[in-house]
Amino acid sequence: MNSSLLLASIVGSTGVAENGIREMVINLSYLVASILFIFGLKGLSHPRKAVRGNWIGSFGMLIAIIATLAYKEIVSFEYIIIGMLVGSAIGAFLALKVKMTSMPEMVGLLNGFGGGSSVLVAGAVLIESSLTTTAPPTMQMTIATTLSGIVGGVTFFGSLIAFGKLAGYVSEKSIIIPARHFINITLGLVAIVLSIMIVLDPSRTELYWYLVAVSSILGVTLTISIGGADMPVVISLLNSYSGIAGAATGFVLSNTGLIIAGSLVGASGIILTRIMCVAMNRSLLNVMFSVLGPAEGAKSADDVYAGKVKSTSAEEVAMLLEGARRVVIVPGYGLAVSQAQHQVRDLANILEARGITVEYAIHPVAGRMPGHMNVLLAEANIPYDKLIEMDVINPTFPETDVVIVIGANDVVNPVAREEGNPISGMPILDVDKARTVINIKRSLSPGFAGIPNPLYAADNSLMLFGDGKKALLEMIAALKEGA
Amino acid sequence: MPTDIIALITIFVMAVFIGFEVIAKVPPTLHTPLMSGSNAISGITIIGAIISAGTQHTTLTAILGLVAVVFAMINVVGGFMVTDRMLKMFQKGKGK
Repeated sequence: MNSSLLLASIVGSTGVAENGIREMVINLSYLVASILFIFGLKGLSHPRKAVRGNWIGSFGMLIAIIATLAYKEIVSFEYIIIGMLVGSAIGAFLALKVKMTSMPEMVGLLNGFGGGSSVLVAGAVLIESSLTTTAPPTMQMTIATTLSGIVGGVTFFGSLIAFGKLAGYVSEKSIIIPARHFINITLGLVAIVLSIMIVLDPSRTELYWYLVAVSSILGVTLTISIGGADMPVVISLLNSYSGIAGAATGFVLSNTGLIIAGSLVGASGIILTRIMCVAMNRSLLNVMFSVLGPAEGAKSADDVYAGKVKSTSAEEVAMLLEGARRVVIVPGYGLAVSQAQHQVRDLANILEARGITVEYAIHPVAGRMPGHMNVLLAEANIPYDKLIEMDVINPTFPETDVVIVIGANDVVNPVAREEGNPISGMPILDVDKARTVINIKRSLSPGFAGIPNPLYAADNSLMLFGDGKKALLEMIAALKEGA
Repeated sequence: MPTDIIALITIFVMAVFIGFEVIAKVPPTLHTPLMSGSNAISGITIIGAIISAGTQHTTLTAILGLVAVVFAMINVVGGFMVTDRMLKMFQKGKGK
């Protein structure tokens, strides 16, 4: 054999070995990152370990990113560095500037970016592979690419609509498109047909963008008909989707790091979605596709309220509070809207200084995202051990002197215990069993379920009409005067 | 090839089960942080984005990769930072 050829073959083989080692190191790094993600998620589900859990997760991400930079195929770092700097700056800016009251839309928006990124990556890989003759696209790759395009497209635009609804750019009410089931099914079928065409002929990359467009429209039509009160379910479901889109992209690239992290997120999102659905006693399909409306033969507001609603004043409430030993505050979305969390804390401080026990009853779906009320009250420095879960606090209502309901409606509506109405069977806070219930509300207008609330007409119930923050300030002033 | 895809699907299914097991029970206080923290992890698609932006097969794919890196990085950095901010708030509340 010619010596130079021999040399070349030796060099070549060491080159192969080097690449093999490089790839092994990269994949082992992904394994380490995946383990860190698992520990991170585990930490995030325990109050004491949550901060550390979040750090462990972000450290895992750092390892995954550094390992990826070692790929031999990467020839230029320009775009990577520019992209990472720009993305980090925008992300950090959003994270530091966002108000705690805007947290639901922030989470929705971030989620959308993840989904959008998956769509672009899968598209780029499809184009690359259709241009090379050495590594033609495999069926695994093309099927995963179409999945990534569909789920990612739905996630991106679904999240943008959710963001729009939560931020007030899009009507919060469920917008009913005529024949929406027909439209959704048609869009779904078109997406499937396009996917099959891409799998059969991956060189037609333009089809992928049609697929993304169809999925994007589907994301809009699916989300826009879901009303504001169901947003906790939608947000956690979209969170799950963004993970699934990432896992699909992992199959496109045969990348284990992406598959593991994506499926972890997908699973955690599904668990949260389930918790939210159980809290409303509705199935996921019901939340996604049906619209709550007044039930046939339901009592009208006039029947329920006529002559029985008693209005009160801040002064009267202050007197009631002065005579109370145990007070429970029930926050709802109305509290977030009027941003009255600091006034709630001030009121509680005054009451506690007088030896009155104050606790907070948290309904799992109060607000617009899972745990919304907890975040809001934590911002006002309210200790989280005072925020009591529904199942724990419900038995204590008969021994509670005064319940103050601020901007909540359906989650305290006793008709949920009866049959034949839109919220039948939904677990509620049993505030009607307390001695006195104060409802701070702008008007008697129904909640999201669109049904009157007999609580407001109950004998032990008083209405304090007005904006939450204003009403609380008046109560605080009245308490201070009385002292 | 078929063994490869089977291995990947196995990894996928196992990871889903781990995901279910790891967070079977979450106290409501942590619903939002868990959501935004796991949301940040879903930015893992940054891996794919970096590869697309760095391999530069064509200008088009490089630009798609660049935009994907920006998107994913917003997701990652924004997600982890906002989660940290929220959790610190919870701690502050507890210390009182």
